[in-house]
Amino acid sequence: MFPTPIEKTSRSWQLTYQTLLPIALIMWLLPLIAVAVFSIRPDADFTTGNYWGIPSSFEGIANYSRVFFESDMPRYLLNSVFITVPTVIGAVALSCMTGFALGIYKFRGNLWIFFMFVAGNFVPFQILMVPVRDLTLSMGLYNTIPGLVLFHIAFQTGFCTLFMRNFIRALPYELIEAARVEGIAEWRIFWYVVLPLMKPAIAALSVLIFTFIWNDYFWAVVLTQGVESQPVTAGITSFNAQYRAAYHLMSAGSIVAALPPVLMFFLMQRHFIAGLTLGAVK
Amino acid sequence: MATTAMPVSGTGPGDGRSWFHRNQIAITPWLFLAPGVLFFLFYVIFPVFQSFNISLYAWDGLGEAEFVGLRNYEDLYWEFVDRDAFYTSLKNNILWLLLYLLAIPAGLLIALFLNQTVAGIRIYKSLFFFPFVISQVVVGLVFTWFYDPTFGLLNTIIGWFGLGPISVLGDERYVTYGIIAAGLWPQTAYCMILYLTGLNAVDPEQIEAGRLDGAKGWKMLWYVVIPQLKPATFIAFVVTIIGALRSFDLISIMTQGGPFGSSRVLAFYMFEVALSEYGFRMGYGAAIAVVLFLIMLCFIAYFLWSMYREERGAR
Repeated sequence: MFPTPIEKTSRSWQLTYQTLLPIALIMWLLPLIAVAVFSIRPDADFTTGNYWGIPSSFEGIANYSRVFFESDMPRYLLNSVFITVPTVIGAVALSCMTGFALGIYKFRGNLWIFFMFVAGNFVPFQILMVPVRDLTLSMGLYNTIPGLVLFHIAFQTGFCTLFMRNFIRALPYELIEAARVEGIAEWRIFWYVVLPLMKPAIAALSVLIFTFIWNDYFWAVVLTQGVESQPVTAGITSFNAQYRAAYHLMSAGSIVAALPPVLMFFLMQRHFIAGLTLGAVK
Repeated sequence: MATTAMPVSGTGPGDGRSWFHRNQIAITPWLFLAPGVLFFLFYVIFPVFQSFNISLYAWDGLGEAEFVGLRNYEDLYWEFVDRDAFYTSLKNNILWLLLYLLAIPAGLLIALFLNQTVAGIRIYKSLFFFPFVISQVVVGLVFTWFYDPTFGLLNTIIGWFGLGPISVLGDERYVTYGIIAAGLWPQTAYCMILYLTGLNAVDPEQIEAGRLDGAKGWKMLWYVVIPQLKPATFIAFVVTIIGALRSFDLISIMTQGGPFGSSRVLAFYMFEVALSEYGFRMGYGAAIAVVLFLIMLCFIAYFLWSMYREERGAR
């Protein structure tokens, strides 16, 4: 193990390490801690200039309930859910199929189709912006949730295919051969042999795509514009415009907007990290 | 597996069975690919080419598009339309690319720091990773307040040392560095998690062999550990480059490209031109996007080439 395991080092370094850990963590998360402290301060602290002293009173509940009951925030959160969940389902479903086709079968153009997905996944968003906006407009889906979802599904299929295909490649090929010898139809091999083995990949991808789409901002501002369809990342700017200079409310709003992916991460940590680091180890 | 075999009609392959059954293995992959590929073609691949085409027109997004040849590119090159916008953006893009790469050594450093087995280390690892999960919009807001000259924590801290308040985001000299620092925060977390996974898989026997040979500290890191972390480094490099060239959210949230356009990058400039309040210039925007795409294309080609070599090695 590298570096030298702490229990094999001197007592003094062990103690230093134990004290260094929390200090480093607090410094690392300092900007975030600052916002969390802001979000429980009363309005008065900001007018009197008490930014960093002890909060004069605890107003966390009041601040957060104002975010939830007196602003459009719940609507934006709901929009985000309606955008994120169908995208996750759509992109994972499509990529299970493409990944299966590219991972199991040998045919001409296999690698080229795979590279098309990989290359498309790396493309800068801006080169897609004008045509995609046009396409969405011409389908009458501009400023609607389905318009955003359709694009997200298509774009995320690139990354998901890369992921799924590599995962399926690593499965034992003998399983498929054995099934073919039994005379099982190909789609049944997909459904009954490969799909059950892909559960960990599906879990990992779902968490990842959930986070990516929830946090998307660019496409939200390009393809939507009103409270009826904008997700929370775009909504937070209108929220902030509404509560300009009310830092306690803006902080509370930001924390609310950031929370769902954070919860997702802490609940599904193992899958999340397995997904992010696929390929980091040979 | 509890599946039962399909009843096979006929005796040999071919007789009595449908055309589909005979050609199953050749057709199935295309059926499975069709929805995904079509979707991807319509939303990602074709638009790339359409953008190339649009960049040859002057178009406000509504009326008739007028063919102007390469004039949009000339306007960019000579900066006829927006003074100092294109080259400032280009320069900032290069800054982003170079400084963003700092996330890789920084991530490795934190990973080495955290690669221990003390009580509660798992919580520490996830809390260090935490910034990556938060949306860039919130990261931008958090850092905007962090930098604020009147109440920001940064100025409060440097005030203790008697240093005057600096308005990081209001000063043309610092603004891009300030935004990059904000971007490095989640990116470092990402590189850290890649390296933590990589370090887990480092071969302990090689480390022991290195120790026996008297390798310690930096030498051990450089000659024994880092070569084994190569796959993690490759992924860290890919995601960092892509992240640097995609920098849009932070700039849009923190400065809107200001002050005086000094923190623009191509991604933001393009958006501003194509969808600004002062009328849409789609063709001009598409030309900027094409420039950005061509920069990215160098990296995409390199990534694909590395993947291709690996594929050749695998089979």
